[in-house]
Formats: sequence, C-alpha cells, structure tokens
Amino acid sequence: MREFFRTLLQRMAALFRRRRLEDDLDEELRSHLEMAIELNLRKGMSAEDARREALRSFGGVEQTKENYRDQRGLPMIETTLQDLRFGLRMLRRRPGFSLLAILCLTLGIGANAAVFSWVEGILFRPYPLVSHQEQLLALTGTARGESGPTGISWPDLLDLERSSTLIDSFIVNKIMGTTLSVGDRAERMTGSIVSANYFDAIGVHPILGRGFEPGEDVGRNAHPVTVISYQLWKGKYKGDPQIIGKTERLNGVIHTIVGVEPEGFYGTFVGWAMQFWVPASMEEIFEAGGYKLEDRGARWIEAYVRLKPGATQAQAQAEISAAAKRLEAEYPETNRGRGTQLWPLWQTPFNNAGTLLPTLEIMIAVVVFVLLIACANVGNLLLVRSFARRHEMTVRLAIGAGRGRLLKQLFTEGVILSAIGAGAGLLVAHWCRHALVLLFPARGGVAMHLPGEIDWRVLALSAGVSVIATLLLGLVPAMQTGKIDLAGALKSDSAGVVGGAGKAWVRSGLVVVQVSLSFLLLVGAGLLLQSLQRIRNTSPGFSTRGVMVTAVDLVSAGYDVQRAQNFQDELLDRVKALPGVESAAFARMTPLSYGSFSSTPIAVDGYQPTPEEQPTAQYNEVGPDYFRTMSIPLVSGREFTRADDEKAALVAVVNETMAAHYWRDRNPIGERLQVKGRWMQVVGVAKDSKYQSVREAPMPFFYVSRRQNFSRGGDLHIRTPLSPETMATALGREVHALDPDLALYEVITLQEQVDRSTSPQQVALTLVGVLGGLALLLAAIGLYGVMSYAVSQSARELGLRMALGAGASNLLRLVMKRGLALTAGGVALGAAVALGLTRLLGNLLYNVSPRDPLAFGSAFLVMTIAALAACLLPAWRATRTDPVQALRE
Amino acid sequence: MPNSKSEVLQGTLDLLVLKTLDSMGPMHGFGMAMRIQQASLDLLQLNQGTLYPALLRLEQRGWIASKWGVSENNRRAKYYSLTRAGRKQLEEEAESWGRMSAMINRVLRAS
Repeated sequence: MREFFRTLLQRMAALFRRRRLEDDLDEELRSHLEMAIELNLRKGMSAEDARREALRSFGGVEQTKENYRDQRGLPMIETTLQDLRFGLRMLRRRPGFSLLAILCLTLGIGANAAVFSWVEGILFRPYPLVSHQEQLLALTGTARGESGPTGISWPDLLDLERSSTLIDSFIVNKIMGTTLSVGDRAERMTGSIVSANYFDAIGVHPILGRGFEPGEDVGRNAHPVTVISYQLWKGKYKGDPQIIGKTERLNGVIHTIVGVEPEGFYGTFVGWAMQFWVPASMEEIFEAGGYKLEDRGARWIEAYVRLKPGATQAQAQAEISAAAKRLEAEYPETNRGRGTQLWPLWQTPFNNAGTLLPTLEIMIAVVVFVLLIACANVGNLLLVRSFARRHEMTVRLAIGAGRGRLLKQLFTEGVILSAIGAGAGLLVAHWCRHALVLLFPARGGVAMHLPGEIDWRVLALSAGVSVIATLLLGLVPAMQTGKIDLAGALKSDSAGVVGGAGKAWVRSGLVVVQVSLSFLLLVGAGLLLQSLQRIRNTSPGFSTRGVMVTAVDLVSAGYDVQRAQNFQDELLDRVKALPGVESAAFARMTPLSYGSFSSTPIAVDGYQPTPEEQPTAQYNEVGPDYFRTMSIPLVSGREFTRADDEKAALVAVVNETMAAHYWRDRNPIGERLQVKGRWMQVVGVAKDSKYQSVREAPMPFFYVSRRQNFSRGGDLHIRTPLSPETMATALGREVHALDPDLALYEVITLQEQVDRSTSPQQVALTLVGVLGGLALLLAAIGLYGVMSYAVSQSARELGLRMALGAGASNLLRLVMKRGLALTAGGVALGAAVALGLTRLLGNLLYNVSPRDPLAFGSAFLVMTIAALAACLLPAWRATRTDPVQALRE
Repeated sequence: MPNSKSEVLQGTLDLLVLKTLDSMGPMHGFGMAMRIQQASLDLLQLNQGTLYPALLRLEQRGWIASKWGVSENNRRAKYYSLTRAGRKQLEEEAESWGRMSAMINRVLRAS
C-alpha cells in the first residue's frame, strides 16, 4: 500500500518535471547505446555494424521511451491534458461555432441556475442566518367549511406547546408594519410580532444588546421593547454604537431598543425584509382588533415550529391534531371545527412562498425545456462539425488511434464547451439572483425582498445539469464517429440530397424536438397572457377609474382615538371642498391590498346553523359615502351616513352572497345580525365585489359603520377625475395645514391597486414570455443551422436540378418545403404534448381553458413565421447555386 | 516484448535486477543488461530497452536509487544501487521464487 502511494506520488510529481525527466531519459539511453557501440567496436565490428547491432539488441528506442513515459507519469492525465489542449485549439480555430455553442449553453445553464437559485433562496433556504431550516415547518389553523388555512389563537398555541413532545419550539411570527420618519421622510417599515423565544429558536443572535427574554411575551402591553434590524440601525440610527437603551415611538407607543440583529438577517417572512421585532405582549399596539392574547376565538397568529431531531412532519401532525381535538372538546364555543396543520417551509401559505410556488414550479419545467433546446442546438452544431471533421477522424483511426481514444477526445470537447457554458451561466445566475424582486412593484413604499441564493446545492445542481449537457453533447458526434467505415470514408464519399433522409435523421429529429418544445412554451405564454387579460378585464365590483386611495398614519404619530377621529373628520371636509373632488370616504381597508380583512363569528336572527357550521364572515369598517365613492351599487336599502354614529343604533350593510346565504328568500333589510356579541340592524344590501383577490369566488361579506367601530388606522378613498400627482400635492397641503408633523402615503389609483394584486400572474407571464422568446430564438437558430447545412451539402444535387432546368422558384420551394415539414412535425408533436401539459398551469390560469384555441393558434402562427424566417436565407442561398461550379466539384 | 528463446516476465526481470545490484554493487543500465545476459549464459535474451521502464518502476517503489555518475570509460551514466527496502524485497522475492520453483520441480518430476 505504501509503495502504491509512493509510486502515485512520484508519478504525479513527474507530470510537472516532464522537460527535465525527458532530457534525463534521452541522455541515459544515449549513453547506453554508446557503451554498446564501443563494446562492439572493441569486438572488431565495423562502425556501421557496431551501431546496427547495438540498436538491434536494445529493441525499439522510441518504443522504449513510450513505455518508459507510461511508467513515469500518469498516462490518463497526460492524454486528458493533451485532449484539453487540442480541444481548446479546435474551439479557437472556429470562433463562430464556439461562440454560438457557448452562448446557447450559457443561456440554457444560466436560466437553470438562476431559477434554481430562486427556488433555493425563496422556497428551501428562505431565511439567511436561520439555523437548521430543514427542521422548520409552518403552522396554521384550519376551519371546517373554510378552504384556506386560518390563523391560530394565542391561548390555543400555548396549549399546543404544553402538550407537544415532538416539537422543540413554537415560534410566533406575525407580520405588521409601522411608519417611521427616516430623515424628513415618513417611511413604511415592516416588522414582526414574535414570541419571546423567537431569536433563540431560530438561532440568530443580536450583534448588540439582547434578544427577547422569557416572559416578555406575557402581559397586556407590559413589555414595550424592540429589537431592530441591521439596516434600520445603519439607516435611521446611522450605526449609533450607543443605541441600546434608546427609545423609539412605534405606532404611538414608546419602545426601548434592546438589541440589533446581524447584517444579512431579514426575519422569517418570504418576500419582505423585517426592520424590527416586538414581543407578542405588544400585539394590541400593532394589530387591528384589540387585545387578543386571552381570546381563544381570535385567530391571528402565524407560526413556525421546530421539530425535535428525528421527528417527522407526519408524527408531529398527528400529535398536534390530537391536541386540537382535545381543545375542540374542551372549548366547543370557540374551537368547534377548528384544527391545525403543518406545512413544509416551501409551502408556507401565509407568506409569498405560497404565492410564488406555482410560478416557480412552472419555471423549473420551462428552464429545463430551454436547456434541452439549447443542448439540441449545440448537439446540432457539433454534428455539423463532426461531419466536417470526418476526414480527420478517419485519418486518426487509420494511423492507429483507438475508437475509445477518439470518443474521449470528442467527449473532452463537450466537457470544455459545457464547462465554459456552466461558468458563464453561473455568472448570469449571479446577476439575476435579485432579478425576481424587480418584477414586483414596491407596495406602500416597502420594497419586496426575494433573494436568490447561490449555495453549494445550486452549484451542485448546475454542475449536474452541465454533466448531463456534456453527455448529450459528447454522445451526438460519438454516435456518428462510431459509424465511420474506414475504407468507405477514405474514398471521400459525400454529396447529400436536400430531401434525403438517411444520416440526417438525428439532426432533423433534434430540430423537431426543439420546435415542439418552443411551441409548447409559446402556448404556455399565450395562455398566461390571456388569463392576465381576463383578470384585468374582470370587474372587481367597484370602479377602478377615477378613484384613488391614500392614507395618513395617525397611529404611529401617537394620535389617540378622539384626536384621530377629529383629524379624519376635518381632513374629509377639506378634501371634499377641493376642486375636482366628487366624493371621499374613509375605510379601514382598501380591497385587494396586502392586509387581510378581519373575520368574525356571526349570528343571524332566524338562521339555524348546522351543528358542524360556525358562521363567520369578513367585514370592513367604512364611513359615509363609501359606496358612492367606490361605485359599489346598493341593491336595496341605504348606505351609512353621518347620522350612523356612536349614539345611533348599530347598523350594517351586507353583500348579496351573505344576504342569499343567511336570509334565503327573505329581505334582510331591517333584520338583525350579531357581531362580537353586539346586535346590528341590516340597513342595506350591496352588490358583491372582490375583497382579497380578483380571482376569489363570491363570499359573504359585510360592512359596519366606521363611526360605530372606530379604529385609528384607515385609508382615504377619493373619487375625482384628477391625476394622482395633482391630488397628492393638494392633499399634502391639506394634511400639513392640519398637522405639520404628518406625512402622506403615496396616492395611487385603485387600478394601480388591482394591478399590484395580480403580480404573481404578471411575474409568471413575464418569465415564461422571456424564456419562450429565448426558446423560439434558439429553435429558429437550430432550424436555420440544419437547413443551411443541408443546402451546403447538396450543392451538387441543386446544381444538377438547375442544369436540368429547375428555376430559382423551384429550388426555393424545395428547400422551404423541407424546412416547413420539419416545423410541421415539431408543431404537431408540441401541440400533442401541450394538450396534455398545459393543465399543469392550473392555478395560474384564470377563466382560460388549458386548451384555449386562441393560444394554440397564435403559438402556431408565431412558430410558422419564425420557421419561415429561419428557412428563407438557406433557401435563397440554394437559388444562388452556380450549376457549373457545383457539378465540377 | 516476447522473445523466441524465453520470455522475461515482469516480476522475473525485477528479481534479476535486484539480485544483480545486490551482488555487483551500483551499476548502470548497460552494465546490468550485460551482466544479466552473461549470468544467464546468454540463454536469456532480453531487449535491453525493456530494462529501463523496469528500473523506473523499481525506483518509484523505493527499492533502488539512482544517481548520475561517471563510467570507467569516462562517460556520464546513471548508476543504480539497491536501497534497504530493496534488499528486504529481494530476500522476500528470492525466497518465494525458491519455494515456487521447488514446487514446480516437484510437480514436473512427479508426472
């Protein structure tokens, strides 16, 4: 064994001292021969004989040297180095070919690596610096009769935690926001309400100060402390080293800054970078709906759990489901029909992982297609070259190169190409890793945070992809070389026929596959485009033109309820008095904005719920003139007026779906509805509209009078034909006149709001569109390459046809026919596959059949045009064939 | 290379080289070739060239060492000498060779 390593070491060392060792060998052998000659001379031979005899008894000198070299170095490595050098030389000699091939591979591998990095950074390792993310699961509640996940209440969470043996820690993490002035601007900051164990449980430790201490999440508003992010520390506080112990007003309440988190930690919410954290005890300050820590019915918590090592999701699920069953029996009032559910991180339903998952899944499929198309292109290029190099290969075979050695050479060239392609592709991915966020508009001034992550797993996957590419690329010419027949090839055969099949089938097959894959992508892009248009054309049930929305954050400014009410009343009066303003109204929430509406259990006079059913509905608190401002038609009854204030009887407006569900054929006007223990009288029925998402199904929804359910937060809705910019200036003036310290949020139209809510569709469309275009381009290049080659190889046939009287138009038709036949084959194949696969777009499609004829038709049209363009140049070149020259060759 | 008179097996050549160096002291390649031919009474005809890869192999394993020196005729030549590991190897191989040939002899005589 020792000798083996010793030998290996010496052999490796020899690789680096070749020149000297070679000289040594030469000298040693020369001295051997000279001694032999000398001896022979002394024996009495002639000079000539002495030399011949010496050489004879030595055996072949060159052969000896070769054997010696094989023994001295590592022949495998040496030939590989030789192949590499040779391969690089070949690539340099054909820069056009090399650039095209490398470009194709760069795009293919780069697109893959970029999407992998997004998948890694958004779905699998979404939270930088958080330890052991593979043990983390998302936790939500479930409700019988509701399709989506719900929040969890604080008391339920504590009970789950107490009874769990398989879960190491329950980590509460609820996103919220506040407004902070940075310099002289008001900026929206995202933060999280967390349990006291948060920083310890995720294993991220502050660089200054401390995290939260046990018990800081207990007690109503008992612990006004906050931990801030590195960016906030560096930005707003200019990296102040004495920051610990200083205070900051958050949503109107003075908080003490107790810690600063490390750079690169953005919290645990996919899509947004958190700027600050507060313990759950401060929940009331940041969450709508009042104090909820002792309310088992208030389900507001989003959480993660960390499994104990060795525990599986299924086991933990079984355990907490059992616990939820016990809670259901113990607290039927609040917990009937309520369960809990664990999700892998990448399926987390409450952040953007869930929104992006379908898009990313499709992106993976799409980039694999693009890679295949790119590989097919490069394969085709290599094939063309392998024909051009047939002679070289034949000669090498004839002078004794083994087939294995030739294959290795071709394979090495494939490796070089894909290694360069992979390197360049990773660069592309590196540049693109933050590109995804560009597709999402900033909302409310807060930029999204969607990082790509190029770690060892992405590198490994990209390497895997390039290995596959290499195998594909190396194999194509190898198949061809395997078939070289020495005698035949040396006799220089040649001259193909344009329409001829034969050995061209590989190339044609590759083109057909390329065309079919890009057709598939075109169909996908077409379908997405159409659903985006359908979404855009879907009426949200309120007017999006001529209505704009903005807000003033009174909570952060420390206004109490009375002051806030006065401020809003005064502002409303001033706004209504502005020229061009038709009407204006406050509401707690704007539909289709990021936040979610409050949901509450309800009871309805005369409605008997089934034992399993727990009637709930979402609602909004809106002011007078809200329906008029939004143009939401009232089917019957009236909307709220200034008279519906604190002193008046409680009133509500329900939507049509709610009316139909709870009052069936009765008229709800004048009937009673119980919300949070208070009875309200229904005074109006409004038409259904969209609340959370344009794509949602109609759902029960009601409105209550803002005056009777006042909270300080709220958006101002204004109906006016003026532009948002004009309005912003005028509004800013009015706000300043009332309180110079207040700043206005951005003023946007409701159309803008709707557009922002459809961003997942836009992202999917943009990405599929870009990659589909790329695929189309690659396929066109492939088709062009095949046709050009076919034309150049069949010059003799074309010349003959011309000599026999074929006109330019005949030749044009001949070549075009062949090109279009390939395209037709590809389209037919692509269409067949597309019919089966477009279903997978599933959730991203809206009101569009996966077999939508328009999408298929336009894909066909685009493909045909691209194919015509790709074939035209070779066909035109065919008509320029000089018959005399072609026949003479 | 196969030889008409008798084929030199790789292992055999190694043993011969080690033995030669053991009994003759440091030698150059040509000297070794002459010596092996002589000692085998010319029965063993080896292509002298095959000696060199074998020498390299033995050196890589650390059984022999080489050094440039000057021959009796004032010619620069590479001299090989047995190392301690090589001597041990020679003993082992000579012994196993002896056992092997004794066994083969016995088999041949028996039949």
